[in-house]
Amino acid sequence: MNLQLDFPAVLERWPSFLAGAALTLELAFFATVLGALLGTLAAVGRGTRNSLIAGACKVYVETIRNTPLLVQIFLVYFGLASLGLKYSAFTVAVAALTINVGAYTAEIMRAGFEAIPRGQIEAAEGLALSRLQIYWHIILLPAIEKVYPALTSQFVLLMLASSVCSQISAEELTAVANYIQSDTYRAFETYIIVAVLYVILSLVMRAGFWSLGLVLFPRRRRLGTPL
Amino acid sequence: MQQNLSSTEPIVSLHNVQKSFGPLRVLDGVSFTVARGEVLALIGRSGSGKSTALRCIDRFEKVDGGEIVVCGHRVDRPDVDLRALRQDVGIVFQSYNLFPHLTIEQNITLAPCAVKGMAASQAKDLARKVLAQVGLEEKLHAYPEQLSGGQQQRAAIARSLAMQPKVMLFDEVTSALDPELTAEVLKVIEQLAADGMTMVMVTHEMGFAKGIADRIVFMHRGKVHETGPASILTSPTTPELTQFVGTGNLKS
Repeated sequence: MNLQLDFPAVLERWPSFLAGAALTLELAFFATVLGALLGTLAAVGRGTRNSLIAGACKVYVETIRNTPLLVQIFLVYFGLASLGLKYSAFTVAVAALTINVGAYTAEIMRAGFEAIPRGQIEAAEGLALSRLQIYWHIILLPAIEKVYPALTSQFVLLMLASSVCSQISAEELTAVANYIQSDTYRAFETYIIVAVLYVILSLVMRAGFWSLGLVLFPRRRRLGTPL
Repeated sequence: MQQNLSSTEPIVSLHNVQKSFGPLRVLDGVSFTVARGEVLALIGRSGSGKSTALRCIDRFEKVDGGEIVVCGHRVDRPDVDLRALRQDVGIVFQSYNLFPHLTIEQNITLAPCAVKGMAASQAKDLARKVLAQVGLEEKLHAYPEQLSGGQQQRAAIARSLAMQPKVMLFDEVTSALDPELTAEVLKVIEQLAADGMTMVMVTHEMGFAKGIADRIVFMHRGKVHETGPASILTSPTTPELTQFVGTGNLKS
C-alpha cells in the first residue's frame, strides 16, 4: 500500500473552498430562519382545534419526515421548472431545505409546547390574556428553551444535509469539492479538506446558537445555567 | 353584559349549579352568594367539589346547569365575555404558576400592559406598590426560582392584585407550603381582608378560616351541606361537619 497525499495541489484552490463554505453557511442560515418560522407555525397549527388546519399540518409534517431530502429537492427543482417558473439553484435549495427542516422543527416545537405546564396557561388565562398573547408571552420562549439543544442539533444537521444540494448545482461546499477533485484528480485530499471545513462550520453554528441562547434566555444567564 | 352593580347586589352568586365529569357528579345543585367585601371560605373533604365550585366562578370549568353571576357577568352562558370576566376576577392557585422565564416585575406588569394597555412606567410603579403590599419589594428583579415557596405565592397574589380585581379567588394557596411559609402567606391574605377585598377561598386551614371568614360553606358530596358564620366550625349542626372538624382539622 502506498498512500501519497498531495495537499498543496488541492489547497491552492482555497478561494473556491472558501466560497463554497460561505454558500453552505448562507443556505443554512436562510433555511434555519425560515424553517424555524414554518415549523413553529406548523406546530401551533397541529395544536389548534380547527381540524382542517391541524390535519393539513399533520400531512405536511408526516410527508416530509417520511421522504428523502434528495427527492424533496428534486420535487421542488423539477416541479417549479415544469410550472415554467425559473429560480436560481440557490433559491430552490433554500426553499427545499426550509420545507424539510420545517417539518422536523414542527415535531420538536410540538414537544416543547406540550411540556408547558397547564397551570402556566391557566394563570395567564386568569389574568385575561388572549390566546395569541399567551402563545407569545407565556408559551413560546419557555417552549423553545425546553427543546433548544434538540433544535440546535436539527439545524446543524440541516447544514450538513445541504451537501445534497450539489445535485442541483447549487455551488455549495460539496459541489465545489466535486469540481476540484475532478480537476485535480486528488479526490481523497479534497474530501478530507471538505470534511474539516464541515466540522468548522458545525462549530461556528453551535457557537452561534449558544450566543443566541444567551440573548433569548436571560434568566439562564443570570442564574449561570446557559444552554 | 355588565350591569351597574348596586352595593347590595352580591359580587358572586351561584344558583343550583350542576357539573359532572363523565358519570361523576361533582356539583349537585350548589348555591351560595358572596357580598361585596365578604370573605367566604369553602371547606370540605377532598373530592367534595369545593375546588370545582371555585373554578366555575372564573369559568375554568363550564357548568352543565344552573346560574352563575359574577360582577354582572353571566358566567354560565356560552357567550360570556371571558376577558372582561377575568379582569374583574383574580385567581391564585396552589402551585403559584409564576411565569418562570420572567422576573417578578415582568410577571406583574405583563397583564396590566398587555390587557389594559397600561404604559410600562406606570405598570412598573404599580408592580412596586403591589409587591410592597405583600412584603416583597426587594424581589422586584428576581426570577421565580430564586424565591421560596411562600415568597412565590405572595408574588402570585401581587400579580393578581395588579389587575385590580373586584373579587379574589384562592384555590388551596397554602397546601404546598410548610407551616412557617403558610403563616406568611396567610398574613398577606388577612391584610387583604382587612382592606375590604371580596374573597372566596378554598382552604384546609380551619383555624385560619375560623379567624378570617365572614361565612363558611361546608361542601359534602357536591352539595352545600352546611353554611353559616365561622362559629359553625366550633358548634356544627350536621354530623358530617362535626366529623370533619372533629378529625383534627381544627387545630390552629
